[in-house]
Amino acid sequence: MIPLLQVTGLSKRYGAHVGCADVAFDLWPGEVMGIVGESGSGKSTLLNCLAGHLAPDAGQVIFDTREQGPRDTRAMTEAERRWLARTDWAYVHQNPRDGLRMGVSAGGNVGERLMAVGARHYGDIRGQAQDWLSRVEIDTGRMDDRPGTFSGGMQQRVQIARNLVTGPRLVFMDEPTGGLDVSVQARLLDLLRGLVRRLGLSVVIVTHDLAVVRLLADRLMVMKDGHVVEEGLTDQVLDDPQHGYTQLLVSSVLHV
Amino acid sequence: MIEVSGAGKRFVLHNQGGAVLPVMAGAFLDVKPGECVALVGPSGVGKSTLMRMIWGNYRCDEGSIRVAGLDLRDAAPRDILALRRDRLGYVSQFLRVIPRVPALNIVAEPLLANGIAEAAAFDRARSMLERVNIPQRLWSLSPTTFSGGEQQRVNIARGFVQHWPCLLLDEPTASLDADNRAVVLGLIREAKADGAAILGIFHDTDARAAVCDREVDMNDFTPREAAA
Repeated sequence: MIPLLQVTGLSKRYGAHVGCADVAFDLWPGEVMGIVGESGSGKSTLLNCLAGHLAPDAGQVIFDTREQGPRDTRAMTEAERRWLARTDWAYVHQNPRDGLRMGVSAGGNVGERLMAVGARHYGDIRGQAQDWLSRVEIDTGRMDDRPGTFSGGMQQRVQIARNLVTGPRLVFMDEPTGGLDVSVQARLLDLLRGLVRRLGLSVVIVTHDLAVVRLLADRLMVMKDGHVVEEGLTDQVLDDPQHGYTQLLVSSVLHV
Repeated sequence: MIEVSGAGKRFVLHNQGGAVLPVMAGAFLDVKPGECVALVGPSGVGKSTLMRMIWGNYRCDEGSIRVAGLDLRDAAPRDILALRRDRLGYVSQFLRVIPRVPALNIVAEPLLANGIAEAAAFDRARSMLERVNIPQRLWSLSPTTFSGGEQQRVNIARGFVQHWPCLLLDEPTASLDADNRAVVLGLIREAKADGAAILGIFHDTDARAAVCDREVDMNDFTPREAAA
């Protein structure tokens, strides 16, 4: 078995400011990696560089493609990268409005991603959209409604259905539970946990919520000022943090 | 199966002036298959710390710890996760309750993670919940609202739902009534008979006497600087 994603020396600067510096890691099939750090630590920059939304200044992002094996995604053509983003990759935005088309029905949002990879049979597309909406616990009676009429938690679940319908192997998530009520967060986390396990997805999830990574992530990277200051097994990093910054993060969490 | 050799541990508190707390030095123990060993010593002597170092959520700073052939000091996260999936079990004192996940699923989870079919996994989980006397009407509920004793029994059912070559037990009989205590001691005896290497903390001295073959005194592993 080889890693699904191999990242080496990934760096991005904004002028004199460091976005992320010299990040390296391997992500294995079925592994969930959390990236934590406070606002401005570079975790979103890193995620955007990994997902191809931002061009890094240096480094490699090598993905094990289905047809051609490991390839540096930076050396791919724009069309190849776009195809990857529609098929084997998925990206769940913090704000569902960034990942959904608000003028299109919930079912249409899910079906659209299927059509983008060539599905043409209306009945099949509708059937799969329905199946995925029910998997994310959306009442299929609402599939013809627009996402604007849904609650934030429901919109987030539609976004997840839209992302997973093409059977991606790698999912990027940017604060997927941010901005949701605590009870809604719990439901979404439980749902994500089940989907990740059942589908064997590899995930890179960015969050500042340590409870989220404790529940979802196998491994953890802690970022500060664009640098990875600590990484390891999730419960080891949280229970026995070695770096001063991680110790501060962990000890700053209020327990209820 | 569980080999600890010269293991040491210290905490460095970077946000409290870089204070260094040595908590363990020169820890040795070797638990063989079919053997149950108790860690003893007063509260604060490092029993739980050593258990966590063996589980892998605390780092081992000196010496080595090998569990079922894996050297924990050099192990990658995925190797430790694989160890916990099929070779090393842990019954902690407290259940980490996940909102919305029913007791039955919590118990079946280790089997599902090993690729056991759902029907077989849930059958086995049901028989374990029955064995630890959790009423059937609670099986489909999240243990969030269960009593402490019920949560602990769910934890025990999960811990014993599959055969582990190595097993860590942290106060498995605390807060249990006499009947359930007897059930847990029975489970421990069966695991031993199946060849499990078991390391445990038992404040309940009768329970310890009933299942443990020998004791390891954690006072022997107190670092000199801390003792002085």
